[in-house]
Amino acid sequence: MNINIAAQINSFLAALVLLTAFGMLVQRRMYGLVHLFTWQGLFLSLNTAIVGYVAGRHHLYISSVLTLALKVILLPYILHVLIQRLKVHKEVETVINVPMTMLIGIALVIFSYHLMSPVRELSNLVTRSTLAVALATVMIGLLMMITRKHAVTQIIGFLAMENGLFFAATSATYGMPLVVELGVALDILIAAFIFGIFFFHIHTTFDSLDIEQMARLKEED
Amino acid sequence: MKVYPYIIEFLQIAIFLGIAPAFTGWVRMLKCWTQGRTSAGLFQPYRDIMKLFSKDVILADNASWIFRFTPYLIFGTAVLAGGIVPMLSIDLPITSTADVIVLVALFAIARFFTALAGMDIGTAFGGMGSSREMTIASLAEPAMLMAIFTVSLASKSTSLSQMVHVIYSGQSVLRPSLVFALLAFILIALAETGRIPVDNPATHLELTMIHEAMILEYSGRHLALIEWANMMKLFLFTALGIATFFPWGIAASGDIGFIPAALLIMMLKLGIAGAGLVLLETGLAKMRIFRLTEFLGSAFLLATLGMLSYFILE
Repeated sequence: MNINIAAQINSFLAALVLLTAFGMLVQRRMYGLVHLFTWQGLFLSLNTAIVGYVAGRHHLYISSVLTLALKVILLPYILHVLIQRLKVHKEVETVINVPMTMLIGIALVIFSYHLMSPVRELSNLVTRSTLAVALATVMIGLLMMITRKHAVTQIIGFLAMENGLFFAATSATYGMPLVVELGVALDILIAAFIFGIFFFHIHTTFDSLDIEQMARLKEED
Repeated sequence: MKVYPYIIEFLQIAIFLGIAPAFTGWVRMLKCWTQGRTSAGLFQPYRDIMKLFSKDVILADNASWIFRFTPYLIFGTAVLAGGIVPMLSIDLPITSTADVIVLVALFAIARFFTALAGMDIGTAFGGMGSSREMTIASLAEPAMLMAIFTVSLASKSTSLSQMVHVIYSGQSVLRPSLVFALLAFILIALAETGRIPVDNPATHLELTMIHEAMILEYSGRHLALIEWANMMKLFLFTALGIATFFPWGIAASGDIGFIPAALLIMMLKLGIAGAGLVLLETGLAKMRIFRLTEFLGSAFLLATLGMLSYFILE
């Protein structure tokens, strides 16, 4: 596999990651969201393995396998269990309507492209062009957290943001040191467990996971 | 002056006119099979058209010239569009004067006059159909142009034969921008040809009609021309998709010897495309009309992403 083909596969996978990010932004069903998140994890893991091959950094293989285990198998499984136990698999409410969210998403992609173009000039890595996509994925994850009212979707947005960060690290510097990556992976896992426990508590207190309900926490005056 | 390209041009239009009903027949036949019905055969559309041509035209008293003129215009633009899209050979004389923007404009003219004709008689269903058609068109047309522009960015030309030529000789196969453009194009083609998630071509319920509602008042040879033009439109969009995204097999030079092979490959590709369309239609249910903004919005989104990823990733 020569470097040209690898670069092409890399940018193709980057495009797929971006596509799944947008898919999550417009998806209304809870299970659909989890499936898209799983796909994004898979593309990310494949991309990491390919970058590891091209750059000759063998620790990237480990983080690729870690991504596969964590973001394709374990986290989607936890989310599935959460959705089933909490019975929240109905359509998700959005704050802004879907076409508007799409337009904002496109604007974010253009913005991150503009922001990243000087960095792109400086870098000479094979993966430099996917940096803008990685930043866009982070921003779209953030946008998803803003535009969704439901707690579980916000968590998926958060995890998508983390995907974007991981992707940015891979494409900007061929990955963080392994220790850092292991730490982040553990953090994500612990965070997922804590979210799960919190959701159960929120659910038993408010009978809903709609975060607008939490306005009731304010003291009456 | 070379003569062969002109011969091929006329040959292509003749084949296009002849095969289009068979393609619709093929789609209907596959659809019958997937639903467990006995089909009426590949050639039923020809028999339908023949029957309609032999019937009398019944015109409403208040029908104006627009109503009588529209079927011929729709048919004419469809035939002309059939000369623009490279189906058999890249070397077509028309493509040097008419590029893909002209193609979209031709569709727009046909749609505009269909909408006028729908309102011309003054029946409620016609007006309703026209209003819905224009709503869809206003969303589909920008997305369509955006998808086509993405492809023409890669080939640095809006001429269809130039686009086909560049994709033919291109080194890179995995182009993200082209994949996005293809996805967008499929969504738009479903909307423009009135296939299932957007409109049901086989419906008999006026309230759910979009395209059929506009042509409800037509009869006889007028209806025959419109139906035939519709079949050609379905064929055209498939051929356009094939030419822009899977051009392998279209004869690259103006040599007439390549035409039989090109014809055979084209029929094969059309057969596969028809099967894909039927699978898509069988798996989906018709959408609520208010959901269409999202459907076509995602087509626009995909096309825009294709254009952006051309700049970002290629």
